[in-house]
Amino acid sequence: MNRRSSQTLLAVREARLAWIFMGPALAVLLLIATGPLLATLWESLHDHDLRLPWLGRPFVGLTNYQEAATDPRFQEALGHTLAFTLLTVSLELTLGLALALGLDSLARGRSLARLVVLLPWALPTVVAGLVWRFIFDSQSGLVNAVVGWLGVTTLQVDWLADPKAAWVPIVLGDVWKTTPFVALLLLAGLQSIDPRLFEAARLDGAGAWRRFFDITLPLLTPALSVALAFRALDAFRVFDLVYVLTGGGPGTSTEVISLYAFLVLMQDLRFGYASALSVSVFFVSFILALFYVRAARAAVVQQS
Amino acid sequence: MTRAAERIGTVLLLLAWAFPLYWMFVASLTPESRLFGVPQMVPRSLGLEHYRALFGERQFWLPIRNSLIVAGATTVLAVLLGAPCAYAMARLQFRAKSWLLAIVMAVSMFPQISVVSPLFLLLRSIGLIDTFPGLVLPYLTFAMPLAIWLMSAFLRELPREIEDAARLDGAGPVRTVVEVALSFTLGPERQTVPVALALFRGRYQVPWGQILAGSAVASLPVAVVVLAFQRRIVKGLTAGAMKG
Repeated sequence: MNRRSSQTLLAVREARLAWIFMGPALAVLLLIATGPLLATLWESLHDHDLRLPWLGRPFVGLTNYQEAATDPRFQEALGHTLAFTLLTVSLELTLGLALALGLDSLARGRSLARLVVLLPWALPTVVAGLVWRFIFDSQSGLVNAVVGWLGVTTLQVDWLADPKAAWVPIVLGDVWKTTPFVALLLLAGLQSIDPRLFEAARLDGAGAWRRFFDITLPLLTPALSVALAFRALDAFRVFDLVYVLTGGGPGTSTEVISLYAFLVLMQDLRFGYASALSVSVFFVSFILALFYVRAARAAVVQQS
Repeated sequence: MTRAAERIGTVLLLLAWAFPLYWMFVASLTPESRLFGVPQMVPRSLGLEHYRALFGERQFWLPIRNSLIVAGATTVLAVLLGAPCAYAMARLQFRAKSWLLAIVMAVSMFPQISVVSPLFLLLRSIGLIDTFPGLVLPYLTFAMPLAIWLMSAFLRELPREIEDAARLDGAGPVRTVVEVALSFTLGPERQTVPVALALFRGRYQVPWGQILAGSAVASLPVAVVVLAFQRRIVKGLTAGAMKG
């Protein structure tokens, strides 16, 4: 046997081994993820209402999407979701950067600090939601007690029952739970910056702010964009936090699109329309995911 | 001067982050009668009454048992099925690799809502609704891509020389996969306890004491895992997020 054919043989063998190794995982993913997603896509082209079973399940093309485009409740939920994403992600990036810089400068107690930061991130979202609901509870809540003690009684509202105020615990809960992730990502980015750069800048007489804006920030941009895209993707899909804190209420004033799609599915039992809503959520997430992959790739290129 | 300010700022931020959990813990130990009074930062009287009620009349053991079963099965399956897949993606050469990796990543980025209804119909048609496998399968959808992602990042960092040396000793890729899978037992999935918590309702008023006691109990295993593996979690997280 000559050398080349033995090499192709090796390559074929390696590829075969790879497929054997990946087989079970891919089969499971196909069954429980890709399959259902395609089914949702297909379902979204049908009029399928479980409350009206005698209508059957006629093919209606893009009618469900047309309905979504003119559905005021969907538009409202979309607006809420976008505003929530914009607000939480900017807060999380700012606070996350502050936390990362702080953690980086800590001389002692680093592992305790890391524990403090990791815990909220690792907690089940429902627990995080409940903790914040307790803090903002109208009767036994800490916030109203403190506000009352300070004498600012105009702020003593029933937080979770007020259409505007209800956003405060939702945003705070999300920021509290997910900023740690941003901070840890940025911390990794910070620690990959060559300390000699700071030393050289210091010798040249650059102050702390100057060093931050001229060295830290530019070199942290890849990590920042990864964090931005990752968080935007997550924030756009927000569901359980809102579900636990307000259930979308009062009325529909805190309803986000994942929650609306869920309610159309589980309460109205309109499977076709709910599927169209879910597919819309999916497509926006998909676009955000593409940004994420590009940002991640740029970050890797810069690191190496 | 700025150094001191920076340090104070950091400590304040960390305190702010730790506070909600501290508050949850204190309230879960505060007797019901005091829970609605003026909040006290440093509690004066503590008691285990909420925990007693939780495990007595509430039978909180049941959701805990369910969580352990579901989380255990999900983790074991995700690692068991994911490890060889991650190995193939990190180490072996074959066509369509980047495509497959992208698909696996895309799965982990699905909005859960977009697969709920067909999954429900699928599980119902094979009679798995209200069963443990019926819970484990959907969790696997999200746990397995994460496991594959983290493990292949981990494998890519593992120097090839180690593996080559192992091969000379007669150990093949299967052995590497097994070892990586064994060393990779993080991935605490948590559910069912949260569901039980979310559905907690008192007859006359919100049973905050018990809810918070339940939350504290639900946080405990997470805290233990984080404490034990924090270094590795941070490493895996950042490597996984950057190298996808």
